[in-house]
Parts: sequence; structure tokens; C-alpha cells
Amino acid sequence: MHAPDGFLNAGTAVVTGALSAGTVGAALRQAKHYLQHRQVPLAGITAAFVFAAQMFNFPIAAGTTGHLLGGALAAILLGPHVGAVVITVVVVVQALVFADGGLTALGYNLLNMAVIPAYGGYAVFKLFRRLLPATSGGVVAATGLAGWVSVVLSSMAFSIEWLFGATAPVSFTRVFAAMVGVHLLIGTGEGVISALTVGTVLASRPDLIAGAADLDAGQIEDTRGPRAPTLLIAGVVAALFLASVVSQFAFADPDGLERVAQETGFAASGEEHLLSDSVFADYATAGIENETVSLAIAGVAGTLIVLAVGWGLLLGVKRPGRRSAV
Amino acid sequence: MGAGHAHALYVHEHSAVHRLAPEAKLAAALSFIAAVAVTPREAVWAFGLYALVLALVLAAARVPPRFLFLRLLGILPFVAFAFLIPFVATGDRVEVLGIEVSGEGLWGAWNILAKATLGAATSIGLAATTEVPKLIEGLGALKVPAVLVSIAAFMIRYLELIAEELGRMRMAMAARGYDPHWLGQVKPIAAAAGAMFVRSYERGERVHSAMLARGYSGVMPVLRPAGAGWFDWLLAMTLPLTGVVIAAVALVVT
Amino acid sequence: MSHPVSVADLHFAYPDGRQALSGVTFSVGKGERLAVLGPNGAGKTTLALHLNGLLRAARGTIRIGDLEVTDDNLVEIRRRVGLVFQDPDDQLFMPTVAEDVAFGPANLGLEGDELEGRVDEALAAVEATNLRQRVPHHLSGGEKRRASLATVLAMDPGVLVFDEPASGLDPAGRRELMETLVGLPVTQVLITHDLPLALELCPRSVILDEGRVSADGPTAGLLGDDELLARHRLEMPYRLDGRKSGR
Ligand SMILES: Nc1ncnc2c1ncn2[C@@H]1O[C@H](COP(=O)(O)OP(=O)(O)O)[C@@H](O)[C@H]1O
Ligand SMILES: [Mg+2]
Repeated sequence: MHAPDGFLNAGTAVVTGALSAGTVGAALRQAKHYLQHRQVPLAGITAAFVFAAQMFNFPIAAGTTGHLLGGALAAILLGPHVGAVVITVVVVVQALVFADGGLTALGYNLLNMAVIPAYGGYAVFKLFRRLLPATSGGVVAATGLAGWVSVVLSSMAFSIEWLFGATAPVSFTRVFAAMVGVHLLIGTGEGVISALTVGTVLASRPDLIAGAADLDAGQIEDTRGPRAPTLLIAGVVAALFLASVVSQFAFADPDGLERVAQETGFAASGEEHLLSDSVFADYATAGIENETVSLAIAGVAGTLIVLAVGWGLLLGVKRPGRRSAV
Repeated sequence: MGAGHAHALYVHEHSAVHRLAPEAKLAAALSFIAAVAVTPREAVWAFGLYALVLALVLAAARVPPRFLFLRLLGILPFVAFAFLIPFVATGDRVEVLGIEVSGEGLWGAWNILAKATLGAATSIGLAATTEVPKLIEGLGALKVPAVLVSIAAFMIRYLELIAEELGRMRMAMAARGYDPHWLGQVKPIAAAAGAMFVRSYERGERVHSAMLARGYSGVMPVLRPAGAGWFDWLLAMTLPLTGVVIAAVALVVT
Repeated sequence: MSHPVSVADLHFAYPDGRQALSGVTFSVGKGERLAVLGPNGAGKTTLALHLNGLLRAARGTIRIGDLEVTDDNLVEIRRRVGLVFQDPDDQLFMPTVAEDVAFGPANLGLEGDELEGRVDEALAAVEATNLRQRVPHHLSGGEKRRASLATVLAMDPGVLVFDEPASGLDPAGRRELMETLVGLPVTQVLITHDLPLALELCPRSVILDEGRVSADGPTAGLLGDDELLARHRLEMPYRLDGRKSGR
């Protein structure tokens, strides 16, 4: 997903650039204490680890191979803020030194490969930690689900960016279906590898895993995974979560969707000048009435509502990990 | 990511381009790519000019065409995507070699191909003429937050070490007949990754000790020699200035 | 006059409860080269980390010259005691050798020509001037070792502490290292399980085992005592009683 220069239009590059820079800046402030006092070399060396792990191919099935993206994994191992900072450095160096991903595409590449997998993956991890038992088995399962969802989320983000910044008249729905479809599969690899990696670390140095810092020695020794029904519920929640995001876009305004895709991607970039077809210009001239913007707001709002309802449900669920009656 | 080795990125030469201060080169490359990115795709002539200007700079830097070509293969996945666009895109149909494709899609494919290739070629040229540590130094000079720059420097320093260690682990697995075919067999790979994370973390702690032992107090000392002079900036900026002029003309004309 | 290094009744346990040092006492004279010998897990590295204040004693004291190691004077302690780590890849963390050598003195506040001068001197002292602009990862084992030494020498320490200085070196690299060490006019503590190295470089040795000093005396005498060595899981690659195959 290292998109090259010119993949999305300039306005999208600028807006995603601002979003990424803002988020990474906030992550840096959050991680400041940690990074000042101990961990700059540690963050750098774990960044090298993530980079190297990304070069490690693994088979998925039938001759296809995948490789780790590592956003959710880094967030779970190092905490979301340091994790996001570490992956940011990886993505920037890949563009700058290895010409892997365009320099002017850094805005959306950072959003898709660093910010969204790290924070989105971590949020999903936390969500499942609540649902699953507080044991190392539960941590491993939550990591797997977070890894999977994180990759799907970034493919969704990529599609949404295409909706705004398309440089060719390929409809959003088409891009969305292809991207999300492929990443539902690729994501399983990410999930499995992330989960097994965390499992290995839990077995030798559980103290190093930020996302398992709440476990005591007894809970760490408990490697039993969640029981089948629990896992099933977790899977359903994950699927529902993804489905609800998808449906927000499908149901919001199917006709409008096509029209917007046509306008932003095709008509505009074909006939008008660069700045007039960018989201920037749309904001300036049409503001919130603009269909693209209102559609996106509908999608984002819908996602937030689903997340909030999900949280509410999970808060109501008694944590199976707290089995002992105190 | 096959070319994970830093020395495969740099072309050892002594050209004027090599000698330029890294921050000037970095800023120049970035602005040149930005000029390319905002150029309307219909201005085909402009992309030809960009390619010419860039080729002149790379020739002056004595970057071998073969080297450039091999490194450019890295953008192939997106080239494949670009070739798909005319077939899946909507809009007016035109006939190319007897096949009906979308005319707008063709323009879209051209747009991505041209900009991606020029962008990648510029980045490749930058890395070919600037050693990696200098590139990172340049980031610092361009006011990228110091913490990010330091993390990047540590990452670059330990990347090969860790990649080689992982490679050796993988080799040791293969030597004992490990040949996974599907996701259900990847546990050893993840075990290696987990072990590698623990080792990386512990190395991080040891390096931190080694830094404390030499008086580190939480802030990396500034070791940079004097930054880029006006001459560096002037020389480096000829590239993006040319780019901006081309882009401006293209925007006005199209 | 106080000893450059004196350690008295030093105790230390790691946070996980592992007792690594249980009452270590010894001192080193000015200009002396002392070997600290011991098997794996004896507590040698733990001791080295104490000598420049990276780990803090649970009980007992460490004095460097007239200064006791406390939280308040860590900067001065770390200037006085140079610690060369076992793995040069831990020690050489900067992008180039020159920057790495400059790291320590820059932390001490040196700048400009003065800093450059320090770097040049330190590199010259270990005959590594040609490594200046090299990237640490691509150095040979011997070159890494010399570069690590230069990073510490640049701080102008009065005491050098080496943790397994010869590990990972081939015989020629080991020989070069020994020649370099003999030429350095500072007090040195060599922490090692390499007995021939100790015999050649250090007139006096202490044996550390299970966190305690179990012998302290002339190296030749200690290494000639087979029973003592066996008790501490130490071994000479050849015997010292004249049957050795000439050196
Ligand atoms: N970070 C640590 N945490 C817990 N125990 C440790 C740590 N480092 C070393 N140890 C233990 O302390 C003892 C002494 O270790 P060390 O000083 O490294 O020995 P040596 O260098 O002589 O081989 C060993 O038993 C080792 O396992
Ligand atoms: Mg040791």
C-alpha cells in the first residue's frame, strides 16, 4: 500500500498530510516523557525490527504470500503513541531512502499505514481485551483480531481517500470492493502473525508488552485461549464492526456515491484545474453542502455511532477474565 | 523491499550533486516532485521536459541508467494497477488496438504512471547521491522534530543488523526443512519475529546504557557541521525552480 | 592517596530478585591493569555496570579516586570511568564512527575545534583514523573493537573498564588489541573469562564467582592453581607448568 506520487490528487495529499502531521505531532507529545527519558534508542531499534519484519514474507495460501504491516503489532507491543511514532518513522524512511511510496504521497501513506493501523488497531485490541479473558490467551486472540481489523481499516481509509482524490474515473464502490475484499484476506495473515508474535514475547518477556501490562503473573501463565463461544462472539463483533462501516457507505446515498465519484474523479480532474477539483477548493466554495463532504460526514458519524454502541454493549458484558468472585 | 541494503541505494561518485548539502537536496527533490504532482496530465510535453531535466541531473551525478531502471522496478505493483484502470474505468469508450477502453481511464493511467515514475526517479536520485546518514541529517536541518530524526538514525543504524539476523533465522529454518505453504504453518516465522522483538528491545536497553555511560542526559548532542551555504541552496534549487516554471506554464496553457 | 577504584562490600540484586553481587571488595592501584576473572553468570557484567554508575549499589560503596558514586556526581563519574561494552554494536550506535566518537565529549559540553581535536586524538590512539567516516555496521570485528575503545578514550577517562574485550576477535585482532591496551597510560580493569589474555596483560587478578571475590593475587599464581580454577569453572587452554607448547 505504499502509494506513489500522483496517485491521489494534490488536495487530498495536502489534507491527509495535515491530518497525519497533526496526529503524529500529538503522538509525539503523548510519547514525550517515554521518549525523553529512556526510549529513543529503543524506539529506533524496534522501528528497525518492524522494518525488517516487513521484509519477511509468509505464505497465505495457494502460492500467495503476504508480509507484515506491523501497525497494530507495534501499538500493542509499545503502546499506541510510541507505536504510531515508530511506524511513522518506518514509512518516512521507506519513502525517503528506499523510494518505496512517494514523497508527496506521504500524507495518505502515513494515514493508511501508520496512524490508522496503530490507533485503529489499538482501539480494536482494547475493545477485545474487554470481551476476552484477562489471560495471555486472551491477549493473543485480541492481538489477532486487532491485526486483522487494522489492515481492513486501512484499506477502507484508502478507498475513502480515493473517493475524494481519485485521479481516474474508477468508481468508489469498485475500489472499495476490491481493496476491502483483498484486505479481508491479507488481514488474516497480519492477524495470525501478529498474534503468534505477541504469544512468543508473552512466553519469554511478558513485561515488554505494553498491551499486556495489566496482567499479573498468574494471568500470564494462563495461556488457554478464550473458549469457543467467546471467540465466536468476538468474531461476530469484529465482522459487525466492519460491516457497519461498509454499510454506512453503501446505504448513505448509493446514487449520490456514484455521482460524487464521477464528479471528483472524472469530470473534475479531466476538465478543471488542479485546485478547483481538490477537496480544499470544495471546502472553500461549497462547504458542507457539498455532496462529497456530507457523504463522508455521514460515513464517519455512522462509524462513530457504531463504535459507541459497541462500547456500550461491551461495557455491559461482564468481563469473563474476572472469574474469581471477589 | 528486496533492496534492504543501504549500500545498494548509494552510487559512489564525486559529482557536484553528491557534494550538495543534504537538506538542500532534500528540499529540492521534494519541491520538484510537488511541481510534477500538480501538473495537469494533459500537458504531456511538460512530463517530457521533467524527464529531460531529471535525466540531466542524474547524468551529472553519474547515476547509471541501469541502476535507475532496476530501482524503478519497485513501483511495479502500482504500474500494474495503472494498466488496469482503462479497463475498469467509466466514461467515453475509445478503441485501442481493437480493444474498447475508457478514454478517461487512459488519461488516469497515464497520470499515475508519469507522476509515479518521475517521483520515484527523483527519490532514487536523491538516495543515490546522498548517503543515508546524511539524508537523515538533512531531515533534522529541515526542522523535522529531533525525536523523529533520532529514531530514524537509530533505525538506520540497526536495520541491517536486525534484517541479517532475521535472515539467518529464516535460513536456519530452511536448513532444517521448513518450507511453509499456507498460513497454518507460519508459527515458526512468528516465533522468530517474537524472539527478534525481544532481542531488539534488549539491545535498545543496552544501547541506552552505553549512551548513559558516555554522559547522555536525554538529549542527543548536536554534532552537525555548518549547514548548507547559499551556494548549495542556489545550485540545488535550480531543479525545482525549473520544475515550477514548467508546472506554471502547463497550468496556464492547459 | 586514594585508589583510582575501590569497591567495598558491594551488593546488588536485579529487580526480578536475582542476587548478582553479594559483597564484592577490591581496589585497583594507579596505572595498574587488573583482571576480573569469572565464569558465565558470575556477576562480571553487573560489576562493570556499577563502576560507572549505570547500576546503583543496594549496599556497599564504590569510590572513583576521591569521589563516591552517588546520584549527584554521575556526570563526573562517567567522565572519569570509561566503560567499553562487550558487544561493539551496542556501543557504536551513531551513523558514523566519527560521530560516535564525538558523542561522549559532546555530552560533556565540548564543541567545534576542541571536539574535533578530541575525536582525532582518540582515533589516533587506537590507530583508527582511517575509520573516521565509516559506517559501524560494515566494520570488521577488530575495527569495531578499536572504534569502541576510541569512543571511550575521547572522554579522557582516568580508568578504563572493559567487558570481555577479546570476545569475537580473531587471533590477529586479539594481538592488536593487546598491543593497544599495553600502550594506554591509564588504569585498566579487564573483565574476562579469557585467562591467557589476563595472564599476558595483567600482573594481578581477582576471581569473581557467584557475586563474591574468591581470590585476589598475582595472575600467574592464581592461574597456576588448577584446583582453584576448577572450583570456579575456569580453564587455561594449556597448562602453566612448563609443558605448555611454548609462547
Ligand atoms: N537484567 C537482568 N535481570 C535479571 N537478572 C540478570 C540481568 N542481567 C544479568 N542477570 C543475572 O545476574 C547474574 C550475573 O549476570 P552477569 O553480571 O551478566 O554475569 P557475567 O557477566 O559474569 O556472565 C546472572 O545470573 C544473570 O542471569
Ligand atoms: Mg557478561
